[in-house]
Amino acid sequence: MAVKAGKKKKQVTYRRQRWVDTGEGVVRLRTKVIRRRRGEKPPRKDPGPRPLPRPQQPKRPAGPQPFGTYKGKFGRLEATRLLNRAGFGPLPGQAEKLAKMGMKKAVLSLTRPRGEARLTGPEPVDGDGIPIAPFDSWGHDHLWWLDRMVRSNQPFRERMALVFHDWFATSNTGVSQQRQMIDQYWTLRSGVNGTFDDLTLKITRDPAMLQWLSGGDNTKWSPNENYARELMELFTLGADRGAYTEQDIREAARALTGWRYDWDDDLGAHNFRFDPEYHDDDPKTIFGQKGNWGWRDVCRLCVTHRLHASYFVDKLWSYFVPAAPSKDTRQALIRLYLENDRKILPVVEAILQHPDFYRGPPMIKPPVVFNASLLRALGEPIRSDAWVWLGDGAGQQLFLPPNVAGWDDERWLDTSTVRARWLMVTYALETHHHEAWDDSYREKESTREAVNRALATYGWPALRADHQGELIAMADRIPAYVQDEWQARPYLAMRQNALLQLIASSPDLQLS
Amino acid sequence: MTDPRCCQNYTRSNLLRSAAAQAGRGLPPIENGMPLPAGTGLTRRGFIAGAAGLALAVYGAGRTPLPLFEDGIAQAAQSDRVLVSIFLDGGADALSLLAPVDHPRYHELRPVLALDAGSGTPFSEDPSLHWHPAASALAQLHAEGKVTVFPAVGYDDANQSHFTSRHFWEVGELETDTRTGWMGRYLDLVGTDNNPLQGLSLSNTLAPALATREKPVAAVEGVTDYDLWSHASEPVSDEMFRSFKRMGQMKSESPALRDSRRAIRATNIIRETLSSFEEFQSPVQYPEARLGEQLSGLAALLGAGMPLRCVSVTADGAYDTHSAQVEEFDGAVKATSDSILAFQRDLEARGLQDRVLVQVWSEFGRRPEENGSAGTDHGAAGVALLIGSRASGQMVGEFPGLTSLDPDDNLRHTSDFRAMYCSLIEQWFDHEAGPIIPGASRFARPVLIK
Repeated sequence: MAVKAGKKKKQVTYRRQRWVDTGEGVVRLRTKVIRRRRGEKPPRKDPGPRPLPRPQQPKRPAGPQPFGTYKGKFGRLEATRLLNRAGFGPLPGQAEKLAKMGMKKAVLSLTRPRGEARLTGPEPVDGDGIPIAPFDSWGHDHLWWLDRMVRSNQPFRERMALVFHDWFATSNTGVSQQRQMIDQYWTLRSGVNGTFDDLTLKITRDPAMLQWLSGGDNTKWSPNENYARELMELFTLGADRGAYTEQDIREAARALTGWRYDWDDDLGAHNFRFDPEYHDDDPKTIFGQKGNWGWRDVCRLCVTHRLHASYFVDKLWSYFVPAAPSKDTRQALIRLYLENDRKILPVVEAILQHPDFYRGPPMIKPPVVFNASLLRALGEPIRSDAWVWLGDGAGQQLFLPPNVAGWDDERWLDTSTVRARWLMVTYALETHHHEAWDDSYREKESTREAVNRALATYGWPALRADHQGELIAMADRIPAYVQDEWQARPYLAMRQNALLQLIASSPDLQLS
Repeated sequence: MTDPRCCQNYTRSNLLRSAAAQAGRGLPPIENGMPLPAGTGLTRRGFIAGAAGLALAVYGAGRTPLPLFEDGIAQAAQSDRVLVSIFLDGGADALSLLAPVDHPRYHELRPVLALDAGSGTPFSEDPSLHWHPAASALAQLHAEGKVTVFPAVGYDDANQSHFTSRHFWEVGELETDTRTGWMGRYLDLVGTDNNPLQGLSLSNTLAPALATREKPVAAVEGVTDYDLWSHASEPVSDEMFRSFKRMGQMKSESPALRDSRRAIRATNIIRETLSSFEEFQSPVQYPEARLGEQLSGLAALLGAGMPLRCVSVTADGAYDTHSAQVEEFDGAVKATSDSILAFQRDLEARGLQDRVLVQVWSEFGRRPEENGSAGTDHGAAGVALLIGSRASGQMVGEFPGLTSLDPDDNLRHTSDFRAMYCSLIEQWFDHEAGPIIPGASRFARPVLIK
């Protein structure tokens, strides 16, 4: 429902639109304009079925916009996109609330939350109702973070942690304790509020990373190139851009020597420390600069490299906008990044306010974002282990990226992952579906009532007109199957379940 | 990428972890309160297909005409040849799989990792190389003339990045921007619009080598457990799936929506095809390995006459062995080799051995000189294999030796992976390579098929 200020100060114009089924397989949009004084409550008629929400109209694709701030309409759809891409989708009513703030305030309300994050709602438990054990139990680290995504009142912080988890992708398969992965998560989570220099330094000495990319095996007697290579290729400079040579990698590996840890059969890797004895103290030449470089210098040389800022901007942008930025936008973001001494937040905030963010085409939600947004819409807490294998099946188990390059954002959907997303919905509906066979469901329900009820369950997500039409058509077909009286309630219950399944499995809810 | 560490306990705890993962996945999918899977109790129209006499059923056939793709199955695409591509993820160490035990520099470069001179079966085509003992199954197949070995395959100016080099192999050219896989481009030319099984990834996500521009392809982790459960059953579920299918066919204004619709479309076809794929019996025993499980299911699919052309699967193990190489490598090679041998025997038992060829590859080999963490860093030329009853069984390119390495101290290549692709396309698929592999005319055409 669009709310618009009327010409007279004290009068408000409401435009109510509803989809009306004409009964001949044709669905029409009817608009009713209601005027009344500000503050006046809308007349309360019978609490009959709510109108269907305005379906989402396909947007005209817009080319890359010049750098600047988005000036267009900031309504429910735009606020939903912001919540989907900078967080984990809206809680019921949240998009409407955000839309009222205006775009800039809405963005800042997400990116600059006040105080500590609060987690509201039931604590996460496993399928048996036992509190999860994220440090010890396989997959519970996934549940632990998914729960934070669902319950935190600062979802932007969680989203940025996810961005950096993908950026500095580290996996449980190479780390001895889940606790070390979760420690790394806290480092990643705090990253957005500092400089990229800081984050790179912290990650370089991070215990999980020192195990994962062999930093702890890299000694002056036998340098190990693993971390040096990925630091340049994936974290700061990018491959095949002429930023570095194989020789730079070898020299940087020498400069990074000195980190050690001990091994214990119970503790795994522990006692991480820098040992000067293990460090190669001879001069090295990196990017043409000769010096007695150590690990801090390598980080500094990488982030001050002339090709770093462009790599950073392109990579960061790609997490939020599916099409590459225009040349001007890219240059402006690079300038913004450098002028702010490589602080991360200003660049993110600029991207979230950019016209391309709102006008550009949709993106496919990463699986864990889809999962969290589904649970948020339903108000469903973490109380099942299924999210672990379903996350894996959908192509994204947290703390287990496929490799050090992170997840491939261009290939989220195929026959295997679509199935897992479908099953995520099935499992999420475990406690929200209607029993078909105990005769508890209503005996009569119109198509519109049924569709409304299903949409209300998810907090009225905006659907495309073609999908909404398909839901109505599907719902319309069911009553014809009722041959005997006893079938009415079960079939209507199952119709409701089918609508719930289809809404969340439709492309609308896969996209952001 | 796994970074295998040196301690027994680490490996054990990892094993436990993965065992837990398997258990998690193996739990009964239907929990308390879950309805029966959609389609339960439906009349099925079954048909018998394939040499194994495997029963295949399609749900809902009574009401709707059999889906189009079934015609393809009914026509028994049995004459079509199938390529199964097995990827060794992380850069497999060629110098351990086929160890140059008689080359003097080998022991100097590999003081810790070198195999002993006497270990493993000598490679008959170049006895200075020995098969790793864990790869005895491959040695056995080679002795039967069923393995074509590329002892040093690569390309000029080898890229030592996992992702770039793997990408080159996947797309079949040295271009970072190419978005279609080499097998995907083949399928775009010969595939059909209604058969996603023509390009099948046995994994969670689609293998990039199978990425097509237009034609549908599929990803299925296990062939026996593909179904979409819901809280609706017949007849409502039929209508629900009809609507879901339609959502896959509507208009798209953006690439993301188009991708989403395309995946939904293919998902529906696979669901209709596999949702009733029953438990199958393998005629041979497979090893306890994920690859073995996947290949046994694949053999059953082939036995059922499913219209497959290109299949991609990632082998067990992580080959990016920067440290403690032996622990990871030996087990991974054994699981992979034994699984491949079982698959070959399975195909022979089903009479499919002349239709199926296996290709084994990795993004690069590892550096000849070990690194001091009992591991090896990224290298250049690596090893690739073609396996099957129709494989020529003759080595392509010789082993270049260790005395003259490339400027990065890596193994030089003596064959090009794009030449392998060209020959595979022409000799195995009987199709022109030019439209699929850019610059095809520049590459040699080693004899790969007998």
